[in-house]
Amino acid sequence: MQQVRFEPTFEGWRNAARESLARGLPPEALSWVELTSPQSALDLTSANESHKAAATSSQFRIPRTYIEIAKTVALHSSPRRWALLYHVLWRLTHGESKLLEVPVDPDVIELMQLESAVKKDAYRMRAFVRFRGTRLGEEPWFVAWYEPEHDTLALNQKFFAERFANMRWSILTPARCMHWDGTVITFSPGARKVHAPAGDGVEQLWVEYYSHIFNPARIKPAAMQAQLLKRNWKNLPEAAVIEPLLREAPRRTAAMIARSEFLRVRETDYGLAQPPVGADLQELRSAAAGCRACPLWKTATCTVFGEGPRDAHIVLVGEQPGDGEDRAGKPFVGPAGQVLNDALAQAGIDRRVLYVTNAVKHFKFEPRGKRRMHMTPAQQEIAACRPWLEAELRLLEPSLIVALGATAARSILQTPVRVTQERGRVLKSEFGSTLVTLHPSALLRLPPDKDFRAELDAFVADLRKVRAAA
Amino acid sequence: MDLHRKLAILADAAKYDASCATNGGVKRTSRGTPGIGSVTGTGICHSFTPDGRCVSLLKVLLTNYCIYDCLYCVNRVSSDVPRARFTPEEVVQLTLDFYRRNYIEGLFLSSGIVKSPDYTMEQLVAVARKLRVEHEFRGYIHLKTIVEASSGLIEEATRYADRVSINMELPTSADLQRLAPEKNEARIRASMGEIRQHIDTAAEERRKHKSAPPFAAASQSTQLIVGATEASDHTLLQTSSTLYRDYKLSRVYYSAFSPIPHASSKLPLAPPPLMREHRLYQADWLMRYYGFEATELTEPRAPNLDLRMDPKLAWALRNLHLFPVNVNTAPRHMLLRVPGFGVRNVDRILQSRRWHSVRLHDLVRLKVPMHKALPFIETSDYTPRAQELEHVERLKARFVRGDEQIDLFGAPALKVG
Repeated sequence: MQQVRFEPTFEGWRNAARESLARGLPPEALSWVELTSPQSALDLTSANESHKAAATSSQFRIPRTYIEIAKTVALHSSPRRWALLYHVLWRLTHGESKLLEVPVDPDVIELMQLESAVKKDAYRMRAFVRFRGTRLGEEPWFVAWYEPEHDTLALNQKFFAERFANMRWSILTPARCMHWDGTVITFSPGARKVHAPAGDGVEQLWVEYYSHIFNPARIKPAAMQAQLLKRNWKNLPEAAVIEPLLREAPRRTAAMIARSEFLRVRETDYGLAQPPVGADLQELRSAAAGCRACPLWKTATCTVFGEGPRDAHIVLVGEQPGDGEDRAGKPFVGPAGQVLNDALAQAGIDRRVLYVTNAVKHFKFEPRGKRRMHMTPAQQEIAACRPWLEAELRLLEPSLIVALGATAARSILQTPVRVTQERGRVLKSEFGSTLVTLHPSALLRLPPDKDFRAELDAFVADLRKVRAAA
Repeated sequence: MDLHRKLAILADAAKYDASCATNGGVKRTSRGTPGIGSVTGTGICHSFTPDGRCVSLLKVLLTNYCIYDCLYCVNRVSSDVPRARFTPEEVVQLTLDFYRRNYIEGLFLSSGIVKSPDYTMEQLVAVARKLRVEHEFRGYIHLKTIVEASSGLIEEATRYADRVSINMELPTSADLQRLAPEKNEARIRASMGEIRQHIDTAAEERRKHKSAPPFAAASQSTQLIVGATEASDHTLLQTSSTLYRDYKLSRVYYSAFSPIPHASSKLPLAPPPLMREHRLYQADWLMRYYGFEATELTEPRAPNLDLRMDPKLAWALRNLHLFPVNVNTAPRHMLLRVPGFGVRNVDRILQSRRWHSVRLHDLVRLKVPMHKALPFIETSDYTPRAQELEHVERLKARFVRGDEQIDLFGAPALKVG
C-alpha cells in the first residue's frame, strides 16, 4: 500500500491524482493521507517530477462533467471522498469512459450522493444564514454567524454578492469568514460565535411573524424537522419558539373549536320569522316577542321591536339591539342611541316623529368575563329576522327609510352595500326611497387617525338630507 | 396599535393561504444597481413552521378589514377577529428589513377589500411600486389580485410582481354562490384570462429583446379549499385541469378547510382533511408531470380519491390489464405509470438501459420502493407470478392491511412549495 500525501483541496488532490494516474497506480494500491499544512506538500514531489506527471496525464481523456462533480465532492467533509474520486477516475480512464452515464453503478451512486450532500449544504447556507445589523464606523454592517457541515462558504460567494449587492456584510464560520464591501469578496481566518453581534428589534419582529404564520390546527412536527434540521436550530432566532409553539398548538386549536362550538348553530336552527297576516303594529310586537326563527333568542333577554308613531313618515333602521337595548327592551337607548339623539338634534329632527327599529331584533353577543361583547349578526340571522322588518315597513309605508350601517342596508336592499361609498345617497328599495348612512356606533369605534368631531359632522350632514328627502 | 401587534394580526390573517412558492421568477441580480435583491429561479425556503410549511416570503395582508362576507374566510365582514391595517410604507419597510437579514425571498401581499376593489388594488400596487421604483427592490413579489379591480390596475400589478394570483377557493359556481355571495366565477375566469395575456406578452418581450424590463409577472396561481363543501375530488381535479389548460396556471393549491375562529355555521367544524389534501396534491402532480388526465384519477362511481393509497397505485389497481410493464422495453410514458417509479428514476432507468439491461438489484440501488413496484414490473431477471395480477382484491390487500390502519386525518409528510 502506497501513501499519497497531498494538500486536502481539489487542486492538491488533482495534482496528486494526476501523478498517481501517470504512474499507473491502481486505486487499491493507494492510501490517501491529508496534509495538515500546505508547505509539506512540496517535500514529496520535486517540481520536475510533477511537471512530467502533468504532461503524461494529458493523454487521459477525462469528461468535463467528472471535473465539475469532483470540485464539488472535494468540499465534502468525509475522509473517504479522495479515494472514491480516484477510484472513479481510474475506471473512467481504464475502459469505462461512459461510466458517469450509468446511474445505477454503485460508485456513481455514491459519488452523486456526496455531490448532492454538498449542494444541499450550500443551499442550507443560502436559506439559514441570518444577518444581524450593526455598524462599522458610520456605515451599516450586516454580520451572520453560520456553521456549515461541509466546506461550502466559497461556493455561495456569488449568491450573496449578487443578492446583497448594496450592503456591507460578513459571514463568519468556524473555518473561514467571507466579507463583502460592495465591490469585492474577501476571506479571513475563522471566527467564533461570540464575534457576531446580538439580535436587534427586527429579529423580534421576525420571531413574531414566525409565531403567527403557521396554523395550529395542522401541526406536522416531523415534516418540519425533515427540512429544518435540529443542528440548524441553534443559529436560527425563530427556533427558540418552536418548542413552545408545538406545546401550545393543541390547546389553541381545542380552545378555538370549543369557542366555535359555543357560537355554532346548525343551518336547521334557522327558519324564517312568521309575522301574523293582517296584524297591526301592536300585534306584530307581541308575536315577535316569542320569535324562534333563529337561535339568538336563547341568549338574549328579550325581543327589541321597533318603536314610534303609527303615522311616522320616516323609519330609521339600525343593525341590532345592543347590551343596553336588550335590557331595556327599547331600540337605540344605549351609547349608540346617545350619538343618534345628538346627531338628530343637530340636524333639527325630532326623534319622537320617527319610527326606529333594527334589522335584527335580538341581541347577538359573546360573553367575555362578565361582559357581553357585541357580535355582528350573520347573514342567516339577518335573513331569518327580515320578515319582521318587512312587515313593519309594509304597514308604515314611510316616505323615506334611513338605513344605518351595512347590516340594515343589506337587509333592506337585499344586496351588499358599501356604506363608505354609498353614504348620503338615496337608493331605491322595494319599500321605497332608502337613504344610506353610517351606524352611529361606528362613531364610537373610530380608528385613532379619524377625528370624532369631523365624523359626527359628516353624519349630521347625512341626516340633514332626511328632511329634504322626506 | 404598535407594529408587533399589527404584524401578529395580519400574519394570522394570511396563514390560510397555502402558497409560499418563489420559483419561476425572471432571473436577476442587484449587482451593479443601487438596489437590493435577486431572483435565482429556484425558490429558497428560509424556514419551516411547526405545520411543516415552508417560509419563503413575508406573507401578510395589508389589512384584514373586509366588506365581503365569504363564509369560509376568517376575515369576512361578519367575523369578529381583531382587525388591523398596515400603511404601504410599513409593509415596504418590513419587507426590506426582513430581506436584508436573509429571512425571506420577498413579499406575498394580499388584502381584505376595503372601500372598493379599486381602492384596495391601488394600495397593493402602491406597495409593489414603492419597492420596485423607490427602493430598486429586485427580490420576489407575489401580489394577490382583487378580481373586481379595473384592468389598468391588474395590468400594473403584473408589471411589478413575479407572480399574481386570484383565489378561486370553491370549484363550482353553486358553491361560490352559497358561500361567497360577492364572488363570481365568470369574473374570476375573465381576470385569469386577462392575466395570462399579460404574462404571455411579457414572456414574448423577454424572448425578443434583451432589454425587456426585469420585472414582469411570469406566473399565476390559485387556491381551492378542500372539504368546505360537498365538491368531490373529481370536481376539484376537473376544475384544476381546466385552469392549468385555459389559463396556464403554474400551480393550483389545495387547502384543507381548517376550522377558523368565528366560523360560519354553514361550514364543517372538523379537523382539516389533511390526508385528502395530500392525495389531491399527489393527483395534481400526476396530471402535471406524469401525463395523467383528471378523468383517469377518479371513477364515476367513486368520485373521491382513495385515502388509503396514493392515486397512482389506485389507478394501477384499476388497470391491471396494462401490467406488468417491461422495464427494459416500455416507453417513457408507460414507465411513468408504474407505482413507485418517480420521474427522476424513470430517466435514470432510460439512461442505464442504453448500456445494459436493467435488473432487479439496479432498481434497489435507485431506491425504488420495491414492495410497491414489484407486482407491476418485469425485468430481465424477474417476472411477477401470473396469478398475482389476476386477484385484484388480494393485491389490494397487500397495500391496505387491516393492521396498518392509517390515520386518515393524520399528518402526511408533504412538501408544499
